[in-house]
Amino acid sequence: MMEIFDKAIRANGLIAAFACVGFTVWISGILSKRLTFGRIQGSAIAILIGLGLAYWGGVVTGGQKGLADISLFAGIGLMGGSMMRDFAIVATAFEVQPHEAKKAGLIGVIALLLGTVLPFIAGAAIAWSFGYTDVVSMTTIGAGAVTYIVGPVTGAAIGASSDVMALSIATGLIKAIIVMVSTPVLAKFLRLKTPRSAMVFGGLAGTVSGVTAGLAATDRRLVPYGALVATFHTGLGCLLGPSVLYLATKALMG
Amino acid sequence: MIIYGTALLALCHLMGIFLGDLLGSLIGVKANVGGVGIAMLLLIFLRMQLEARNLLPKPTESGVIFWAAMYIPVVIAMAAQQNVVAALRGGPVAVLAAIATVIICFFTISLINRMEVPGAADPFAVEPEVTP
Repeated sequence: MMEIFDKAIRANGLIAAFACVGFTVWISGILSKRLTFGRIQGSAIAILIGLGLAYWGGVVTGGQKGLADISLFAGIGLMGGSMMRDFAIVATAFEVQPHEAKKAGLIGVIALLLGTVLPFIAGAAIAWSFGYTDVVSMTTIGAGAVTYIVGPVTGAAIGASSDVMALSIATGLIKAIIVMVSTPVLAKFLRLKTPRSAMVFGGLAGTVSGVTAGLAATDRRLVPYGALVATFHTGLGCLLGPSVLYLATKALMG
Repeated sequence: MIIYGTALLALCHLMGIFLGDLLGSLIGVKANVGGVGIAMLLLIFLRMQLEARNLLPKPTESGVIFWAAMYIPVVIAMAAQQNVVAALRGGPVAVLAAIATVIICFFTISLINRMEVPGAADPFAVEPEVTP
């Protein structure tokens, strides 16, 4: 019985991965509602669980590909591999409304650029101070401070090692969680009242999950304005990370 | 047809990766330079063009939207195959980098939003708002 079950999963890796991830998202939704009262978005918890499972996989197998090194979960490697990842990220561009985006105007663009460059500098500087002094690692961790998508996309493009990639995802993820939790608390300090302020917030605070969860907990009417700018964040970061920011870091650091 | 949407997405994806590789070899980086970003810009552009010509029916759209919705699950799968064990040896780097980033960004947000002229073109103003 178990043997047949085992064989069915091994022969259908990608399908098994869909089921596993779906189950993880379901559990995360429950945890989000029950434990954090919706303050931390389910998707952020699911990603944390994913990183936790990757840790477990790494400890069990001693390999470099986390859960995907356990043959039963090999399909996770295909589902979360670069082909599917880039395909899904490109698809999100479809949800950007160009005419709405134009209304965001100059201040949205300025916030977006600052929201890409400032986190990058902060992340790269901290990485450097901890001994990650090579250009590729600094760029990857700096890009991770932009969003947890920009980090691995940039890292993959410039050939970062898997542990630096994981560090860069962790940076982006911790940033997203801090944004989610602290935004409603700091709403007054941030002057989050108007659509314009939400657009500035969306551009600078980065990650879509952090921005939308943070704004939803502050004032629901602000959500679309913040999300609109934030959806450009990953695209801009993916464009600038492996190109302008990488080359600028290379020029600075030699 | 749903496949038209998915094929459109695939086309943008491949074109973006190709142009990214091309750009990389042009500027002498042995890497893909912004391929995903270029693919996203292509998709936004093509969508505008097709919508203007009424060539984007609902089924075609859903061929793209499905994959956009799969983005979080794919990211979860991606997280599950990272080398976390090695990352944790890096320890406080991720935490400190994240905290530094949020502090810098939040101060900048606060600064920019304090420069906003109050009451100017506020769509919420239609609704009576209780000022705190």
